[in-house]
Amino acid sequence: MSGATLLVLLALQASDVDPVVVASKPFGESYVLAEMFAQILEARGIAVDRRPGLGATEIAFRAIRTGAADVYPEYTGTGLLAILGEEPHREPAKVFDRVSREFRRRWDARWLPPLGFENTYAIAVRRETAERHRLATLSDLARSAPSLRAGLTPDFIGRPDGLPGLARAYGVRFAQVRALLPAVKYQALAAGEVDVIDGYSTDGLIARYDLVVLEDDRRFFPPYQAAALVSGRLAARRPAAVAALTELSGRLDEAMMRRLNRRLEVDREPVGRVAGDALAELGLTASTGAAPEAAERPGGESLPRYLWDRRAELLGMVRRHLLLVALSLAAAVAVALPLGLVLERLSWGAEPVVRAAGILQTLPGIALLAFMIPLLGIGVVPAVVALFLYSLYPILRNTYTGVRDAAPDAVAAGRALGMTPRQILGHIRLPLAAPVIMAGIRTAAVINVGTATLAAFIGAGGLGDPIAAGLALSDTRMILSGAIPAALLALGVDGALGAVERVVRPGG
Amino acid sequence: MTALLAERVSKRYGEVVALDEISLEVRRGECLALIGESGSGKTTLLRCFNRLTEPDGGRVVVDGRDAATLDPYELRRRTGYVPQDGGLLPHWRVRRNVALVPWLRREGDAAEAADRALRLVGLEPDRFGGSWPRELSGGQRQRVAVARALAARPVVVLLDEPFGALDAITRADLQTTFLTLRRELALTAVLVTHDLAEAFLLADRIGVLRAGRLEQVAPPAELRAAPATPYVEELLTRARVGR
Repeated sequence: MSGATLLVLLALQASDVDPVVVASKPFGESYVLAEMFAQILEARGIAVDRRPGLGATEIAFRAIRTGAADVYPEYTGTGLLAILGEEPHREPAKVFDRVSREFRRRWDARWLPPLGFENTYAIAVRRETAERHRLATLSDLARSAPSLRAGLTPDFIGRPDGLPGLARAYGVRFAQVRALLPAVKYQALAAGEVDVIDGYSTDGLIARYDLVVLEDDRRFFPPYQAAALVSGRLAARRPAAVAALTELSGRLDEAMMRRLNRRLEVDREPVGRVAGDALAELGLTASTGAAPEAAERPGGESLPRYLWDRRAELLGMVRRHLLLVALSLAAAVAVALPLGLVLERLSWGAEPVVRAAGILQTLPGIALLAFMIPLLGIGVVPAVVALFLYSLYPILRNTYTGVRDAAPDAVAAGRALGMTPRQILGHIRLPLAAPVIMAGIRTAAVINVGTATLAAFIGAGGLGDPIAAGLALSDTRMILSGAIPAALLALGVDGALGAVERVVRPGG
Repeated sequence: MTALLAERVSKRYGEVVALDEISLEVRRGECLALIGESGSGKTTLLRCFNRLTEPDGGRVVVDGRDAATLDPYELRRRTGYVPQDGGLLPHWRVRRNVALVPWLRREGDAAEAADRALRLVGLEPDRFGGSWPRELSGGQRQRVAVARALAARPVVVLLDEPFGALDAITRADLQTTFLTLRRELALTAVLVTHDLAEAFLLADRIGVLRAGRLEQVAPPAELRAAPATPYVEELLTRARVGR
């Protein structure tokens, strides 16, 4: 990476240091709680940097551990099972004590006193399925399960307090179990692709899709408490911030949370307004409707109108997206192009290097991003590095192959007539390979624009933000508000590079 | 006067002996044809004269100096070379292609030299100089390749089956042009071919190679009258039958 690129990255990173970094995981309730954290901090005069929708527990928790984020809403059960890897426990207070002690000891991370409501898994079916099979409880489900298909989150399938425990407690055996991401499981259920899903008891989407939650008649699912999980750094250095966040402790109940989730997930109100109203209702902030942009937005607003209303916001995301793409692509060209030329000069070892770059390509985006958090934190830097790694292969492969295979007759003649290897490279191989190399750069650029939407999962912003949030909230319009500009951006970038290609294309 | 000299030149590729202690002289102003089957070593020998191939043993003398002591790029720039496929740079126009060697030698009048060379091979520079190689016929491309080899007025021209890929009529045209050029410019040339008829037509002497060894080197008439080995005799018989 060039010095200038690094400077830009450092500048971006440095501006992230001062405000309190508030993160969330990508589902409705997490967005609402994080926004409440952010607004109460702001109401107490503390600057906030919002990083909503971090990929998963793994990513969000790593961000806290490494100090890349300062606070996000988490559930004690998830802390106990998914992070500590311990057995489920029935007693909420005991669970809280356990995670408090262990998180502090191992990672210096703090659980602030619980927010007040409990949340647990809920097993839901379509109303029509419930009526046809006469399902009201999980014991009823056990009876009909052999003829039902389940679509469960991968997390739930693996956790001892998820499917394995459910199978043991009720003897449930489904005809088929499919792993579905939270973002699609509600649609899959509504479309009849699966018959049973797992959700959270406070989920707003359960109401939106008119689902029936089956009663846990043997009280298998342990209740878990939601709380703010805070980095050691914040706890040590920012007592005012911790005090502000603690104001929420014990103030939320299940009924209120369900109402807030419903407003976000069913009524599709902006998260800022839902959280603002909640804080006002609790008497924690001055008045309701703090945000003037809270003018009524009818749900049936057309897509063009929706995009137009958010043009300033979208433009900012497009700019951020372009920044991610431009930095990573420039760095990839700066590395892969010379490397491809060097490899062509080597008689051995070229293929393994090119293949190694190809293997980078196969790493799942989210996994690569998660690996980078301990090294590079969250935000723009790890996103640019990941996109850089993904861009290497197409450029390297096309440069190497293009230069190697460029007009062998012309290369042989040039050599026979006294051209030096450098002259052959500069005057024959490189010009003749230019279209192939440009094709590699264009491929990398288009892939890059698409992959950059994943950057949202590590808080780097860009057009992935509305896509991730829209997926989590099952809001197609919101998804499109990120996906359409991203597609246009891909076309635009490809077109611009096509113009460059026409300039560098050799004659003849 | 000796232009090129090979002294006990050997070359192996792994187990395969490409050249087995070949000794051969090319006199100034002479055209020597190297003839043989594929794998006989004729192209390898040709490539030793401008150090595209480095011999394992023996030495090559160019213009009285050991080739191994010469800068290979300088040597190649003053040795003309015509490959079978033309080897024109597809992204350069004809004039620039022909001007390649004068340009490499940093001669000021490279474009003029190119135009002169194009006229020599019968291509009007005004008409063809600005063309792209792909716009030319196969015969025209090969004429351009010959012009490129001549543009820097080389002492020696090496030709590697230069007319082998052309149809019979075009080949005859180019052979005539080559004969005229040789006489006008008093060229020294080494011509690799597998076509005995072409060798008889163009060469002053013919060297017959087989499996890396020279079977005979002689003027056409002598070769015909007194084949030195059964292989040469067989070659002559086959060539006559083929006619």
